[in-house]
Amino acid sequence: MRLVILDDYDLASEWAAKYIRNRIIQFKPSAERYFTLGLPTGSTPYGCYKKLIEFYRSGDISFKYVKTFNMDEYVGLPRAHPESYHSYMWNNFFKHIDIDPANAHILDGNAEDLETECQAYEQKIAEAGGIELFVGGIGPDGHIAFNEPGSSLVSRTRVKTLAKDTIVANARFFGNDLNKVPTMALTVGVGTVMDAKEVMILITGAHKAFALYKAIEEGVNHMWTVSAFQQHPRTIFVCDEDATLELRVKTVKYFKGPSSTDDAE
Amino acid sequence: MPSNKSVSDAAITQFINCRILRDHRLQRDDLWVREGKVLDPEKLFFDEKGYADKLVDCEGSIIAPGFIDVQINGGYGIDFSQASDDVSSGVSFVAKKILQHGVTSFCPTLVTSPPAVYHKVLPQIKVSDGGEHGAGVLGFHLEGPFISVEKKGAHPEQFLRTFQSGGIEDLMEAYGGLDNIAMVTLAPELGGSQSVVKELCQRGITVSLGHSVANLSQAEEAVHHGASFITHLFNAMLPFHHRDPGIVGLLTSDQVPAGRTVYYGMIADGIHTNPAALRIAHRAHPSGLVLVTDAITAMGLPPGRHTLGQQVIEIQGLHAYVAGCSVEEALEAASLHPAKLLGISHKKGNLDYGSDADLVLLDDALNVEATFISGEEVWRKGP
Repeated sequence: MRLVILDDYDLASEWAAKYIRNRIIQFKPSAERYFTLGLPTGSTPYGCYKKLIEFYRSGDISFKYVKTFNMDEYVGLPRAHPESYHSYMWNNFFKHIDIDPANAHILDGNAEDLETECQAYEQKIAEAGGIELFVGGIGPDGHIAFNEPGSSLVSRTRVKTLAKDTIVANARFFGNDLNKVPTMALTVGVGTVMDAKEVMILITGAHKAFALYKAIEEGVNHMWTVSAFQQHPRTIFVCDEDATLELRVKTVKYFKGPSSTDDAE
Repeated sequence: MPSNKSVSDAAITQFINCRILRDHRLQRDDLWVREGKVLDPEKLFFDEKGYADKLVDCEGSIIAPGFIDVQINGGYGIDFSQASDDVSSGVSFVAKKILQHGVTSFCPTLVTSPPAVYHKVLPQIKVSDGGEHGAGVLGFHLEGPFISVEKKGAHPEQFLRTFQSGGIEDLMEAYGGLDNIAMVTLAPELGGSQSVVKELCQRGITVSLGHSVANLSQAEEAVHHGASFITHLFNAMLPFHHRDPGIVGLLTSDQVPAGRTVYYGMIADGIHTNPAALRIAHRAHPSGLVLVTDAITAMGLPPGRHTLGQQVIEIQGLHAYVAGCSVEEALEAASLHPAKLLGISHKKGNLDYGSDADLVLLDDALNVEATFISGEEVWRKGP
């Protein structure tokens, strides 16, 4: 893996956004060949989205030939609810850029048949030629998307019941009322993300430090599902100093070595 | 690019680089319009996979809902209270002219007049939508003749009336009919007036209290029967007194039925009301403030002698300004509040999804730069 450590949240967001920008530009997407991007939600990628919007506004990048696939969405939450992941993506990203609405894919948590919806999503990813770059985050319990502890490391897109940790972590978006937080979600599987050509995980903040330690310094373990990416050929972990607080000094020193923060290859 | 519409083929306009008045705040956000109504862009994106056909760059302007003037007696040489054979062209003329002030809907107002005038004028104008031809007509505002002789103001005394036969019959006799009437101003201390208030409200006509010497109880009784407006607060009514605040007391009355708001019109020109008085009213009851022009024939004309109904008046000059509240509050006092007063806020007076796209583009000093009705530009300031 690459472990890229920036001083703070803003610098980490900027680095990640530049990496995505450069990848898209190098790919030279066109009507015949779209760049497929997997996307997360939450407070971690917020700064990265802001930066990408800046790059779009200054003309550095266009999303005209980019197809996006979000990782997850709550089940049963109305799409127009301010905390739905559809709302998040519209307000924090889609409405500010030039992506074709037909190319922005998000799982439908209100579909008649959730199983079919999940299978159809896997199909859409396959039809798009697979994901070029999947951007994700990590939960305090080490989960990727909503692949809670105990999820199969070869899982595909499916319905998941949320763990208590996750519900507690999300309560702040629902007026701190645990009863208002959705209890189920549709999520891409660990296997789905592993299929991507490249994976970039954003991890910022001291509260994620332990999860990062478990993900990269301990073994591959379905209790910390992000650890699966130890077996992916191209993974980058982008973090701020605070997220490294539980790592060994040796690990940090190694990855802070020469040319570790070059963004493009 | 594939077709961008699945619900409708109509063109979609996106106003960009603007600050829109939404949720009582000016927010940096785009405004989307389709088929004359404000569109929900998130639904468009996810449901229809749609996008805009046309972009309008507002260059940083404020977009507010089009202004609604519920008290305007005429302007530019036109006097709505004159018994002309062709009232229609007079109303249309004013309707077109007021677009430059950002007014997209209005209530042509008639001051106290003899029955002959009402019988001639009223049937000639119908409630109608605005457009390139001018602001929309929401219905007449009939100010009088059932008002107090002591507070007649500029109204002609000889045509004032009281309720003789039992209320609504007097109204029908005076006006000739109640079609296309949006509002009636009357004095609630007049005998028989309370049942009239009730009957008018039941017919969906807004009842306003004004040109009256009513005490607070009489005013409250009228509100209980459905009255919801005060015509030009402070003017032509008893002054606020601490032992009987009169009509002014409605602003803080605890007798207003739950869920109802009493609105009050203010002519914010610094002349009709001292700005300090305007601020007292606004601080006491900010959500009730409705800005009106009470403009007369002479608006927009040079100084001189002009008619106002059956009177002749002089005019020396005009100025107007808004005092004492935030920009958002001022904009709402000219749009949202009059819409709520008239019960049309489900489609006018705001920029909510589904509302009519009647808009006014303003600079930071609130000068009108452009006016839109149903999403179409109907006036733009020249270079």
